[in-house]
Amino acid sequence: MKKISLILLILIINTLHSNMSFADKKKNIDHITKNLRCLICQGQSVYDSQSDFALSMKKLIRIKIKEGNTEDEIYNFLKEKYGEWIVYEPEVNKNTIFLWGLPLILFIFGGLLIIRKVTIK
Amino acid sequence: MINQIGAYSLYICLFVSVYLILKSYISSKNFDKKIDQTFFATLSVQLFMTILSFFTLVFAFVFSDFSNITVFNNSHTLKPLFYKISGTWGNHEGSLLLWLLVLTFFLFIFFVTSKKMNVRYRILTILFQEIIILGFLLFILFTSNPFLNIFPIPNEGLGLNPILQDPALAIHPPLLYVGYVGTSIIFSASLAALITKTVDNVWASHIKNWILISWIFLSVGILLGSIWAYYELGWGGFWFWDPVENVSLMPWFCLTALLHSIIVLKNRNVFHSWTVILSITTFSLSMSGTFLVRSGILNSIHTFANDPSRGVFILTFLLFLVLLAVFIFFFNQKNFPDTYQRSFLVSRETSILINNWFMMFFLSVVLVGTAYPIFLEVINDAKISVGPPFYHKLIVPFLIPFLFFMALGPNIKWIKNKIKKLNTSQIIFLILSFVISFFIVLNTNTNYLFSTLLFTFSFYLFFNVINSFQKKNSNLSQKVSHLGFSIFMLSILFNGILSKENSANMKVGDEINFLNKKLIFENVKVESDSNFKKLVGEFKLNDNGKIIHFKPEIRVYSQPETITSEADISSTLFSDNFLVFSLIKNDGFFNVRYQHKPLMIWIWISVLLMSLGGVFSFFKLNEK
Amino acid sequence: MKNNKIFYFIVILIMAIFFVLLLGLKEEKNYIPQSDIKKLNNSISLKELYSGKNIFLNDLFLTNELNLINIWASWCLPCKAEHPYLINLNEKFDINLIGINYKDNLDNSKKFLSDLGNPYDEVLVDSDGTKSIELGAIGVPETYLINNENKIIKKFIGPLDQDDYENIINLIKK
Repeated sequence: MKKISLILLILIINTLHSNMSFADKKKNIDHITKNLRCLICQGQSVYDSQSDFALSMKKLIRIKIKEGNTEDEIYNFLKEKYGEWIVYEPEVNKNTIFLWGLPLILFIFGGLLIIRKVTIK
Repeated sequence: MINQIGAYSLYICLFVSVYLILKSYISSKNFDKKIDQTFFATLSVQLFMTILSFFTLVFAFVFSDFSNITVFNNSHTLKPLFYKISGTWGNHEGSLLLWLLVLTFFLFIFFVTSKKMNVRYRILTILFQEIIILGFLLFILFTSNPFLNIFPIPNEGLGLNPILQDPALAIHPPLLYVGYVGTSIIFSASLAALITKTVDNVWASHIKNWILISWIFLSVGILLGSIWAYYELGWGGFWFWDPVENVSLMPWFCLTALLHSIIVLKNRNVFHSWTVILSITTFSLSMSGTFLVRSGILNSIHTFANDPSRGVFILTFLLFLVLLAVFIFFFNQKNFPDTYQRSFLVSRETSILINNWFMMFFLSVVLVGTAYPIFLEVINDAKISVGPPFYHKLIVPFLIPFLFFMALGPNIKWIKNKIKKLNTSQIIFLILSFVISFFIVLNTNTNYLFSTLLFTFSFYLFFNVINSFQKKNSNLSQKVSHLGFSIFMLSILFNGILSKENSANMKVGDEINFLNKKLIFENVKVESDSNFKKLVGEFKLNDNGKIIHFKPEIRVYSQPETITSEADISSTLFSDNFLVFSLIKNDGFFNVRYQHKPLMIWIWISVLLMSLGGVFSFFKLNEK
Repeated sequence: MKNNKIFYFIVILIMAIFFVLLLGLKEEKNYIPQSDIKKLNNSISLKELYSGKNIFLNDLFLTNELNLINIWASWCLPCKAEHPYLINLNEKFDINLIGINYKDNLDNSKKFLSDLGNPYDEVLVDSDGTKSIELGAIGVPETYLINNENKIIKKFIGPLDQDDYENIINLIKK
């Protein structure tokens, strides 16, 4: 068994090394535009879209990054123009508290049920 | 003429359905030991009529009978035969007819294969299933009749959305529907079993086959949809957390949970009420999926016919079924057998409960994420988007404990298991996994404690599953499916951290350099195919001496007028090289997007492996 | 007793979900601009179409008249359709009409205006579309009414039609 694991380990590390050279940090702009909804294209992100709107948006974000704006500042700027709808990751506020909270509450509740089930004598 | 045949056979189905509901209701009150032969006869008639009407529609599509409005709206004489046939279910009306066909077909199969079961249970299952069939029939006949005439008869049809003219997408809906509809049998059968007090281990082994069928078809159906999105939408991703995708994932989580809990019911005769709840939920989710997709309530790339009156119908019908189920459940609770058994903390039962716990959590994330924007808009008039970052943030951290429990669970015995003080092989696995993961993360600059842990536990699961193949006592299908899942996790993780891409605007003759590669845009040609014209780009990628040629296409369809981009993907076992180009307004320039996706093919293979485990289990390959 | 409570709770929950989804069917699925738009940023500057001079958008706004920004392009067909309304507005009413030329070839846009008439008091150029994003536009044509406090009071997405036209006139007369 240990031999098999060792061979596996060597194999995995080998394949990794051939792939490593591409590994590089993701560009910031990609990260931001992936989190933005293209408002005129159904269900696409700005990153994926080639529409005029999305292309201008990418350009503007590039300019904003150069000017030294942080990711959050860019999101806030766009939210002010287009509303919360434009970001794919809704921030936690009174409108979205249950969006983020409900699954976690259910998880805790489920955990309690299981504990009760297995500890009942 | 042909429209009449199709429509009349549906009306006959309707009568048969009403007759069967009355008949099964009466028979369930005072029944003989032997089941009435008329059931077999009427079910056969119904099945025959559904098949007849379905094939009438297929026939109308194949021969481009434009006197049929569905054919007129969705077909075209120049379309290849294959897409004429698949066009039958590529539209709203036809896809519902397919639903109906699978519904009646499954009921018939159920009836024929359940002869050993309690007679009253079989009759009641027919009753519930016929209620569902009746609902669908009414829906089809009164809101989406596929057999409406159009006069004067047009010479040419409007054509099928080109994005749907694709082999994967031609067979994706039928597979998905088989999965969805299979859950209806589980639903009807569990209600029937509850009323007849037969929710026990015998019932469990009987219904397990239906769960497996639904699960296998649903898994493969989702897989095909995902493969399609990967090469057709041209974005290089395989899962977009699009609402329509989520809607198929929700019943899958539920079915997976059910698949595990039914094993406990079968082997240990516990978890009765939980299994019934899961059965009801699974079907409700499949139905809500149909509602959400068909009503156009969701904002999604996959836009289908949007007709609010249809939405109201499905929603009301769904409400009726769910309330019916809830009433039956609560008024028959005393029918659950009283087989109290002591539960122990460390046991196979607990580990399966933990599986169910996580499955329900993942389900709740997807459900809340998909439905929340609708609710928020109605209640507070605020519009929000819930996209990939939300799902990743909530699901990914929970995968770590999930993988850990999944690695340990199958090793634990039923009823009670003593924990040995130190299990050396487990510790070796864990350390080994951690070391490998540490080096991976170190070398890729991903630098997150998080990814290290994800990798660690994915490897840990992988080693555990590989190790379990040596043991003869555990079952084969479980090992294959779990192996599939561990490979799935690993390939997604590697794919995530090692994927590379480059996007540039190029014209013919341009050459760009990136990441030690050289991409040359050699030529672009105009060609025409039977039902579209295409621009074929010719690209050459020089990757450190290794040369790959790409021929991506931009297709221009005329009926209806649409432009699609077809990616060219060169796949090997190690990685996919993906290239897609699209038109931009500036003359002569194209947007060219290249992606390098390591281990992509393993994502598909691993899902097939998971499903294969289900197939093994269905054919009882693990019972020696 | 306890089961009864759970039962009622679940039934009520299901009914509530049902009604919310029923109402949800009626909701608009596409993007609609927000109604509460804040004051325009005073740092937006664009080039003038004919002179090529840089001009701050806010400097063009008048305080004694309503201001109307119209985003257009010569390649955009709906823009042609709404053009007569803009010409009418400029001729018959006191309104400060500012045109923003979106992602266009300058020769084409000049030709567009000389062929169809120039309704604008001032034409500015947004060659890469980024200024329109700063204004909160999603495409062409779009038209914004701006009051004397530099606030957008109304947004029209897509070409102006008869209703929009009358709507604007009513606002001017107020």
